[in-house]
Amino acid sequence: MWSAAAAPGAWLAFEFWQNRLSANPIEDIMHRLGWWGLVFLVASIAVTPVRRFTGWNRIIRWRRFLGLWAFAYLTSHFLTYLVLDQFFAWEFILEDIVERPFILSGFAAWLLLIPLAVTSTKGWIRRLGKRWTRLHRLAYVSALLGLLHFYWKVKADTREPLVFAMIVLVLLILRVPIVRKLVEEKRRAWQRGRREGKGLRAT
Amino acid sequence: MLIRRRDDIPSSEITPESAYLDRRRFINEAARFTVAAGVAPGLLVGCDSAAAGDTGEARRTAATDESAGPDRSLVPGEPNQERDWSKVKSEMGEDLTPYEDVTTYNNFYEFGGSKADPARNAHTLQPRPWSVAVEGEVVRPAVYDVEDIVGPHDAEDRVYRLRCVEAWSMVIPWRGFALRDLIDRLQPTSKAKYVEFHTLHDPEQMPGQRRRVLDWPYVEGLRMDEAMHPLALISTGLYGRDLPNQNGAPLRLVVPWKYGFKSIKSIVRIRFVEQQPVNTWQLSAPNEYGFYANVNPEVDHPRWSQARERRIGEFRRRPTLPFNGYADQVASLYAGMDLRKNF
Repeated sequence: MWSAAAAPGAWLAFEFWQNRLSANPIEDIMHRLGWWGLVFLVASIAVTPVRRFTGWNRIIRWRRFLGLWAFAYLTSHFLTYLVLDQFFAWEFILEDIVERPFILSGFAAWLLLIPLAVTSTKGWIRRLGKRWTRLHRLAYVSALLGLLHFYWKVKADTREPLVFAMIVLVLLILRVPIVRKLVEEKRRAWQRGRREGKGLRAT
Repeated sequence: MLIRRRDDIPSSEITPESAYLDRRRFINEAARFTVAAGVAPGLLVGCDSAAAGDTGEARRTAATDESAGPDRSLVPGEPNQERDWSKVKSEMGEDLTPYEDVTTYNNFYEFGGSKADPARNAHTLQPRPWSVAVEGEVVRPAVYDVEDIVGPHDAEDRVYRLRCVEAWSMVIPWRGFALRDLIDRLQPTSKAKYVEFHTLHDPEQMPGQRRRVLDWPYVEGLRMDEAMHPLALISTGLYGRDLPNQNGAPLRLVVPWKYGFKSIKSIVRIRFVEQQPVNTWQLSAPNEYGFYANVNPEVDHPRWSQARERRIGEFRRRPTLPFNGYADQVASLYAGMDLRKNF
């Protein structure tokens, strides 16, 4: 699965070496790293609702995997900005972060992922207990800030960021307690129906 | 009763006082650059000597000294010859952006939103037959075949910088002729204060227009003095070849001291108007894109800085120059204007 997760990055590197990126490769690299980071982050957030909806408990172990790969891609995205795009021009970088909401939201989204990455281990889950769950809700905040960053970057065609936003919105709605209960009841009823259908009747 | 004489000077040809007073400085500076650039000194001769006979020529020389002095961006020699483009540089000694990049990295939303889309999708554009409608405050509105618009003009090769509002830029050897020469032929009346251009609107040929990403057709405009400035170019080619579809075939505008979105592509309509046009990007986001759109490192886009740019092909960003490096040629057009308000 590691190769699957690394594939987008490897593909990007391959295209770069083969000169198959556009005339503005740095822009392409930043866009793709950011996009895949967002995809992995949203996938990670989707794990819990999917688990509740399908009852597939084993999926939970993918949550950390997806989240850490999101962090890897987004850190690379940020480093590309610092090194390749701005080339350590600290005053410009600082000015960008402070004066431009689109950069600030991206930077904040990344910052929020740091404590999440650090506390992703089993040791920390144990140490923090209930607080771990609350801390990791920040993943939603990070995703929304990242979406804002994406939306603000686009000049005219806002379809992509809006599609992402709708997905995240649905995932958020699925978390609301009432909706959660509804979904889980439906799922249990459906599974009961399937079991009876297979001839495992209660006598 | 006012009888219009055929050789009345259109008010569009009358030099604004600021430019007229500045002409000596302009000629002197231009002379220095001529020598430096090695451009044929003969280009200076025409303006100093009074042109014989032809009243049109004399009128041009007297009324519009901005045409005096050589165009520093001009590539000397006959256009359309097989040049060694590797030897051609901008007037600042900059390298040309490779043809491959110029023709595959484009903003032309009529063919899709990504930079690669125009090269991929523009094959559906039919640049011939092509007509250009000339309308508005003009002596004789008419619809012309594109050959009648561009045919009568001698083409030249000019190297201009193109600076996109997104903060990337290129150096491109355009082939074309001065917009002012076309305007002279079209004879706008004195009521014409602005010239407006429209791009083709045909979702069959331009699939990107099937969605309202922008308010089609694409509209751009210039103030008359900007349009009459010798730098403003009608381009029909680049690198000595015809314009590829994705670069705005069969004819486009190039206004190098402004952000790239002012350099409207695939023109079908030229309209002379009294009111300032509302250009498409201003309509789309008036707090971000204005009418003037002069390249200005001191006035940031609301969402990103305009102080630096990525020259395509270079690794590090470079500082953006006021008026994209054409300040000494165009700054006088905006004397006394608040360029922060009129962005």
